[in-house]
Amino acid sequence: MRRREAVRVLDLEVIAENLGLRKEEYRRILDLLGRSPTPTEIAMFSVEWSEHCGYPHSRKWLELLPREGYFEVLVGEDAGGIVYDDIVIVFKMESHNHPSQIEPKQGAATGIGGIIRDILGSGARPIACLDSLHFGSLEDPHSRHIVHGVVEGIAFYGNCVGVPTVAGETWFYPAFRGNCLVNVMCVGIAPKGKLVRAIAKGVDNAIVYVGNRTGRDGIGGCSILASQEFAENEEKRPSVQIADPFAEKCLIEATLEALETGFVVGVKDMGAAGLTCSSSEMAASGGSGVEIDLDRVPVREEGMEAWEIMMSESQERMLLCVEKGHEGEVQGIFKKWGLEAEVVGRVTDAGRVTIRYRGEIVADIPALELVRPPVYTPQRKRPDYLDKVNAFRLEDIPPVEDLQGAFLKLLGSPNLASKRWIFEQYDHMVQTNTVVLPGRGTVVLRVKGKPWGIAVTADCNPFYCYLDPYRGAQIAVAEAARNLASCGAYPAGITDCLNFGNPEKPDRYWQFVEAVRGLSDACRFFRIPVVSGNVSFYNESPLGTVYPTPTVGMVGVVEDVAKVVRAHFVQEESFLVLFGETKAELGGSEYLRVVHGLEVGPPPEVDLFFEKRLQEFLIECVEGELFLSSMDVSEGGLAIALAEAALSGEEPLGCVVDLAPLGNLREDVMLFGESCGRALASVKPSKIGEVTERAKDGGIPFAILGRVGGNELVFRKGEETLFSLPLGRAREIWEGAITRHV
Amino acid sequence: MRFGVVVFPGSNCDYDCFYVLKDVLHQDVVFLWHQEEDLRGCDCIILPGGFSYGDYLRTGAIARFSPIMRAVQDFVLRGGIVLGICNGFQILLEGGLLPGALLPNRDGRFICRYVSLRVENTNTPFTLLFSPGEVIRIPIAHYQGNFFLPEEELSELERRGQVLFRYCGPSGEVDAAFNPNGSVGNIAGVASLNFRVMGMMPHPERASEDLLGSSDGQRIFLSIVKWYEEEGSRACS
Amino acid sequence: MRYCGKIIVTLKPGVFDPQGMTIRNALHALSYREVEEVETGKYFRVALEAETKEEAALRIKEMCDQLLANPVIEQYSFEIEET
Repeated sequence: MRRREAVRVLDLEVIAENLGLRKEEYRRILDLLGRSPTPTEIAMFSVEWSEHCGYPHSRKWLELLPREGYFEVLVGEDAGGIVYDDIVIVFKMESHNHPSQIEPKQGAATGIGGIIRDILGSGARPIACLDSLHFGSLEDPHSRHIVHGVVEGIAFYGNCVGVPTVAGETWFYPAFRGNCLVNVMCVGIAPKGKLVRAIAKGVDNAIVYVGNRTGRDGIGGCSILASQEFAENEEKRPSVQIADPFAEKCLIEATLEALETGFVVGVKDMGAAGLTCSSSEMAASGGSGVEIDLDRVPVREEGMEAWEIMMSESQERMLLCVEKGHEGEVQGIFKKWGLEAEVVGRVTDAGRVTIRYRGEIVADIPALELVRPPVYTPQRKRPDYLDKVNAFRLEDIPPVEDLQGAFLKLLGSPNLASKRWIFEQYDHMVQTNTVVLPGRGTVVLRVKGKPWGIAVTADCNPFYCYLDPYRGAQIAVAEAARNLASCGAYPAGITDCLNFGNPEKPDRYWQFVEAVRGLSDACRFFRIPVVSGNVSFYNESPLGTVYPTPTVGMVGVVEDVAKVVRAHFVQEESFLVLFGETKAELGGSEYLRVVHGLEVGPPPEVDLFFEKRLQEFLIECVEGELFLSSMDVSEGGLAIALAEAALSGEEPLGCVVDLAPLGNLREDVMLFGESCGRALASVKPSKIGEVTERAKDGGIPFAILGRVGGNELVFRKGEETLFSLPLGRAREIWEGAITRHV
Repeated sequence: MRFGVVVFPGSNCDYDCFYVLKDVLHQDVVFLWHQEEDLRGCDCIILPGGFSYGDYLRTGAIARFSPIMRAVQDFVLRGGIVLGICNGFQILLEGGLLPGALLPNRDGRFICRYVSLRVENTNTPFTLLFSPGEVIRIPIAHYQGNFFLPEEELSELERRGQVLFRYCGPSGEVDAAFNPNGSVGNIAGVASLNFRVMGMMPHPERASEDLLGSSDGQRIFLSIVKWYEEEGSRACS
Repeated sequence: MRYCGKIIVTLKPGVFDPQGMTIRNALHALSYREVEEVETGKYFRVALEAETKEEAALRIKEMCDQLLANPVIEQYSFEIEET
């Protein structure tokens, strides 16, 4: 038996509070509506103004990030891109941290689905994904469970949908045990001029819902809004979002086909806050209004309430604005691909979002107000732990006796080990664009029909950011750019995914602001624009807060993809050259953490001026075909970089290096220090003269350390052999570090 | 001659095959939508890789009932050439056009990597441009590539030379160590009784350009072209 | 005593079943248009030793809670037989 009761004003305030709206926000709603809101309106405000969609705690600081650079930038509503030649390269990174902690496979899978739709929504064909993953220690069974689920989820979705997951990074720190980070990035391409906006425009144009049906997925326990009593055994439990990559694949093909008709005015993904967010933001961006009739929305559950339909986060759905008179043609395309396609509303010029259901108006809100969440600037306070953890001095620890033992430990440390177990589960070759495969340096994609290519990377050392959020963020940008430069790519644009704790706690908020400042200063200096991004707050659990993690996703352009260079050694007798300066610093290093059990800093110094010169030098050398192989030197230091270069090719190739040219430094510093601004290259003997000349001209310090060759890694200092390791053994440890746990 | 690349909902490698045939090998090629029954005068049908129908229920189980597959069945009965790659192979098996079944990989995980294959039988339209025992590099990318056939049928298959490719080491050694998915006999590709239909798990369209790491895959497509030039136009009615 | 647990694991109500939906559409395409809904699930047969049927049931329930079903999105039911 159904009963409908008028909802009293006091109840409305309670509802609002339960949905996360503050008292002052509720009052603002009263003001802008000029009356009490309906329950559906409260639900709509609560999701549109949430951290998830509205970015109230971060918008102010995000304005610091530069939007201009060397390449022309196009910034859309949901994704942004850079223009090269006659193509726009669109890219964005997003987080799906909390869902992945709860249900790792579906959480990670829906994360990939969502970011792909954001790129698709700009009219670009998604051509690649990247993942930046952060888990607790592999020694911990719960973390292992999450690792398995997340990798399986990304594989399951990415492989099925036909978008290759080509690159990424994976970190294991106890700080992520209670709250993993799953940051996923998607890159797409479209002919310039064919980009689509997420707008609803043109009075009487149709609002068309396409994709899968709407259920109760993702709705957070809002039974207080139920306007009917439940039957005894019935359960209206909120559901975890389930991924359907098959529907998404069809959605990609159908959407791109629909765009070809020329009758699609605007497209938007129904992601966070589903229909509420997409309809209101499209109206606001188009300077118009929309009227939606919820009876026309395809649903898969019976008896859904208006607020449920508006708040649902069912996946694989998009909203289109289609020119009046051409709805049938567009719908036909989606139906051909087996998807729902219904006209659910019309564009108006009233500037309002008006929702009807079962013959009544259940919501009527000014569009611009709905999409203008409040902006908060919480207190920030420099955390107390900083001084203590950054008090380390090199003299505090004696040089380790057993250098080989230390090397073996590092080689076997999951943070530094081969990630083959992960990337071989991802189809990284589909679409036949992957020129440089994962595991062999910076991944490069070709663009069919063009001589140039796209290099992609995702970088951030969360531990450095914990030690110093400002510098850690700068290093993330510098490292990403260095990674691109070492394969010959010009850094072109960034998408960022900022993962932090509770912004209402002043020390966490301080970390956020410092990281944004660091990011912004470095990007501005390098003239690399931030074209898109995402913020994820509240990454905390009873076990503690995550390391501040401003993940940097960077895209670069390789002018001649045939000249691209990989990281691994290719030729016996080639010279090994280390560019950049190795400084007397060990703070923040994996060596200090794993071998000495010290989690202290400060992180390495970073010199942006030098980084820029190094980038230019590396690109010049690759374009001049002077390098046989090249890679950046970072976590794990020189020793690990050499091991990676030796082991990551099809045929492992050893090397013999003499550290003496690095100067009068401690051996452990030379081997394991993580000084920034360094790159390692192998050079044909006939080219070594030219390389060193150019380095001198460019003001790039360099040291010729030895030669590639043999089947061992041999480390010397002058006449003395410090230690050596047969390649077979090194490979066993490096490849086995993760597989022995999983 | 004309190639036709079938597109099922969920096919991913259709564009990749099309691109190799058209832009790399300069062949006449068209797409064939799964709902159509007209093969549009194609002389060779390619069932590409991907996840038709999401691999839901069983991989290839739903796609095999598509209208286009009725036309492909008839085409096969008339002696037509069909190449099934990865998911395409799975669809041919579900449709009974090739013997055997594909089980989940031995290690229970999806594997994407380059493998070495030994060419076992070069007297077929798909392999005539290779030399017997030649070792080639082609990548695999699958979760369910573990080929299975009961003992007796397997011996028959082997005896008749229907095994076209086997997973091997860099020097052609056929060994369990080089078997990525547990396939019986390291089998990577098989042909039908009349050698006009082939299914293979590795992706030749991903190894048809040196830029991508190997161009060995080209010769599978070019073998078909050569066979058609010499025999095909006579053989098909 | 030897017992056998026959366990069926399905998605909880409201949780989206993309496979079920696709299979239903495929059945319709094969002219089984009378099919309203298809729900997918998993079947496990677990043979075990236990003192009593009650003990076997308890152990099977634990196995389901811990491993065989994902408590976030799945539910289960089972029968126990003596063998």
